[in-house]
Amino acid sequence: MMRFLLLFSRQGKLRLQKWFTPIPEREKKKIIRDMTTMVLARQPRSCNFLHWKDLKIIYKRYASLYFCLAIENQENELLALEVIHRYVELLDKYFGNVCELDIIFNFEKAYFILDEFLLGGEIQETSKQIVNRCIESSDMLQEYYCEGETDFPGTWRKYHGGVYEQTCILTCGLKGIEITAGEEYRSRMYCI
Amino acid sequence: MSPSVPLQEMIRAIRSARTQCEERGVIQRECAAIRAQFRQADNGGRSHNLAKLLYVHMLGYPAHFGQMECVRMIASPRYSEKRVGYLGAMMLLDEKQDASLLITNSIKNDLSHSNQYVQSLALCTLACMGSAEMCRDLAPEIDRLLRASNSYIKKKAALCAVHIVRKVHELGELFAPAARSLLAEKNHGVLHGAVVLITELCERNPETLERFRKTVPDLVQIMKGLVISGYSPEHDVAGVSDPFLQVRILRLLRILGRNNEAASDAMNDLLAQVATNTDSTKTVGNAVLYETVLTVLDIKSESGLRVLAVNILGRFLLNNDRNIRYIAMTSLQRIVGTDHNAVQRHRGTIVDCLKDQDASVKRRALELSLALVSATNIRSMMKELLLFLSSCPLELRSQAASGIFNAAERYAPSQRWHIDTILHVLTTAGGDVRDETVPNLIQLITNTSELHCYTVHKLYRALLSDISQQSLVQVACWCIGEYGDLLLRGECQETEPVQVTEDDVLDALETVLQSHMSAPATRGFALTATMKLSTRITDNVDRIRSIVSIYGSCIDVELQQRAVEYNALFKKYDHMRAAVLERMPVIEKNSPGHTNGESTREAVKEVQPAKVKQAETLLPQQPANQVCDLLDLLGGSEEPLQSNPAVGSTVPVLPISTSSTAGGDLLDLLGGLEPTPLTPAPTVTVYEKSGVTLTLSREKQSDSGLTVTLTASNSTDSDISSFTLQAAVPKSVQLHMKAPSGDSLPARGAAKVTQMVVLSNPNKVNLKMRIRISYTSQGSAFQDTVQVDSFPEH
Repeated sequence: MMRFLLLFSRQGKLRLQKWFTPIPEREKKKIIRDMTTMVLARQPRSCNFLHWKDLKIIYKRYASLYFCLAIENQENELLALEVIHRYVELLDKYFGNVCELDIIFNFEKAYFILDEFLLGGEIQETSKQIVNRCIESSDMLQEYYCEGETDFPGTWRKYHGGVYEQTCILTCGLKGIEITAGEEYRSRMYCI
Repeated sequence: MSPSVPLQEMIRAIRSARTQCEERGVIQRECAAIRAQFRQADNGGRSHNLAKLLYVHMLGYPAHFGQMECVRMIASPRYSEKRVGYLGAMMLLDEKQDASLLITNSIKNDLSHSNQYVQSLALCTLACMGSAEMCRDLAPEIDRLLRASNSYIKKKAALCAVHIVRKVHELGELFAPAARSLLAEKNHGVLHGAVVLITELCERNPETLERFRKTVPDLVQIMKGLVISGYSPEHDVAGVSDPFLQVRILRLLRILGRNNEAASDAMNDLLAQVATNTDSTKTVGNAVLYETVLTVLDIKSESGLRVLAVNILGRFLLNNDRNIRYIAMTSLQRIVGTDHNAVQRHRGTIVDCLKDQDASVKRRALELSLALVSATNIRSMMKELLLFLSSCPLELRSQAASGIFNAAERYAPSQRWHIDTILHVLTTAGGDVRDETVPNLIQLITNTSELHCYTVHKLYRALLSDISQQSLVQVACWCIGEYGDLLLRGECQETEPVQVTEDDVLDALETVLQSHMSAPATRGFALTATMKLSTRITDNVDRIRSIVSIYGSCIDVELQQRAVEYNALFKKYDHMRAAVLERMPVIEKNSPGHTNGESTREAVKEVQPAKVKQAETLLPQQPANQVCDLLDLLGGSEEPLQSNPAVGSTVPVLPISTSSTAGGDLLDLLGGLEPTPLTPAPTVTVYEKSGVTLTLSREKQSDSGLTVTLTASNSTDSDISSFTLQAAVPKSVQLHMKAPSGDSLPARGAAKVTQMVVLSNPNKVNLKMRIRISYTSQGSAFQDTVQVDSFPEH
């Protein structure tokens, strides 16, 4: 199980923190301080693995950001490196050539992407495409406005003009909500 | 998706602040605005406000006033608000906050929502910060979702179930059937979640483990599909098909195959296939190979497979990538005990890694090298290790030094080599060695009588060149004091002869006495050595007398006391001086309490000068009485001390020997040292349960009493703390328990706790003892009682 994931800049400023176990606020601050000092003190071409208390710390530097992942002792360190790399790839695909500023100004998106990839300290989804598709659909859901409830497929068509029709096809296409023609269907769509 | 403009403006404003003070000002203003907005009625910008607050929180500023807002937003029907609300809940609330209970109901409603993304938000939050009560409440819901929903929800529900099982162990039973059926899914995400869930259930409950052993063929089938099947674009990472799932399955196979022949047989083929087919040019492939090797080494695999695994580790050792070398050494460390010869083959590479730049790699290489030292390769290994010691980073020095000492002690090809090695270590890293090195070395030196001359010459030379390494200086002073006559004689077979005059020697000792670099203990050594020389040299006795009287008014109380007593030895007891200061007898390492005796010998001079010194200097007058009184202070029913120095379990330092128990008590002032039992006393195991073993060994027997040692060890995988023993005996028997050597037992028998018990049985009744054992392990307290009816015979 992963215990926490931290992203910080080369000056030690925290950009993202995800904790997978309940830890008091003061202790979180102390851990962040320890991690930043430990990782920033490492030589450029040294081993990516550290020992800290009873955890293994895997860190990797991507441009100006350090990704620091703490795993329990029985976990596979090399796979943890792959987890970090996979997260960076997801961010890259979403933001398009991601840089630190993207993560600063859109930190909540970085969290949403992380929540589609990792859950409860474990990997949730091993396919990049599925994660990307889910993020896009959630974003779509957030975007478009729709009034009240719609009850029947017939009523759907009333809203099917432009964007609403597209959204409908997208969410159906993901095998999330299966719609068969003629069947009663109830849904709500949410707005900004 | 369009970014949140108010949030981005605020971030820009904060980043443009040039000083910390300015930033604080901006943030205070923003927080005030956010607070005001929270109090207002529902407006369109609620999610923006909360997002701003979360950003401020990430910078490290307090944000607890946003907790209730999170709760309100989670209950909102709008998806955008729910999303930010749940994010805020995961960041600001944890199970210790009261507000977290308020969201239980919202989560429950959202779990049955018609929209899967809302469901996923609820599942995510539950898996992140769900408390035990919430988990208990919502477990049936999660079980329902595990069985009947789409794969998107199923995979999240599986991981939610994992979290629930971690929080509330008993609920594992609830999820076992659903987990079993999930293995038939095709979706990789769901499969992965199912494997994690099954792993968690099996690790917690051995019965569940037994039941899930039947799934081994299914798992093997899935793995085969992943390894053999062609390229699958969706899950491929650098040529390996879904490495994350592969590693998880391998880990589950490891747990299922451990200690079970049948299961291990079923997976032999598969493991061989994975080991040979996986491409090891990229990290991904190596990750899978690493997991395979760990699995092979842990289950009951056939020998060919084990050899394959060790060879893979050997290949890893030669890899250019530092990470790979590091994990190769970590894995080799685990098997160096069982497959020693296989690991020996790679000794050369491991020793080379000692010279690597990276500190983590160096550490691993050091541990592994120390484990690989054996009687055959001791000389070459020691050369490498000593070279390493001179250039190693500071944090590894004491570990390296103690490792070298242990290795030297076990495999020294000759005494002279042993002494040379220890001297070398003391010169290079004298400041980092442990305290008992000094007495151990002294004991070693006294034992090798033929090398006294050589040793004292070498030490004298070392002393002349450098007096900053305290351990070295202490040993040198002691030797010069003891064997000064050999030094002055000048000739020596082993080294070139050098003319040393008495003045030179006294100069050297005086330098140590006066140097500001010398620790108080070292100065004590030097003063005693100077005193001892008074019987070994002929001309400069007056000089010694004057040195001793000068220190009679030294500020350091310890030195002052010594000087005054030595003065007395010159004046009033001059007729005894020769006898008191004669050569020490050979110190023997005999009983468990004994090595501690050595350390007390020198340390005793520092810590307990009064009692012991009196015993030493006033020896002829009131021998028995003094030291008897001494022992009465320390308690115990030992006999008084007419035993001669050569007898086993005594400390022959003082011409009157104190028994080892007294030595043991004095030792308690210095803290517990791990005694090395060198003569096997008759032992019997009196208690063995849940990994804790207690043995009883007879130390000494007299007509009316018996001394036994209780030794406890811990073979479980977790450390034990607050370990205490209490004992009760029949009415007529007197019991005296000495202080134990410690109260914590590290896991897997890394160290033991010993406690000496003295029983006095004047009426010679049948000896019985009831022992109560209490300790804390993994946070819970244990207690047990055992009755000992028979004591081991001689």
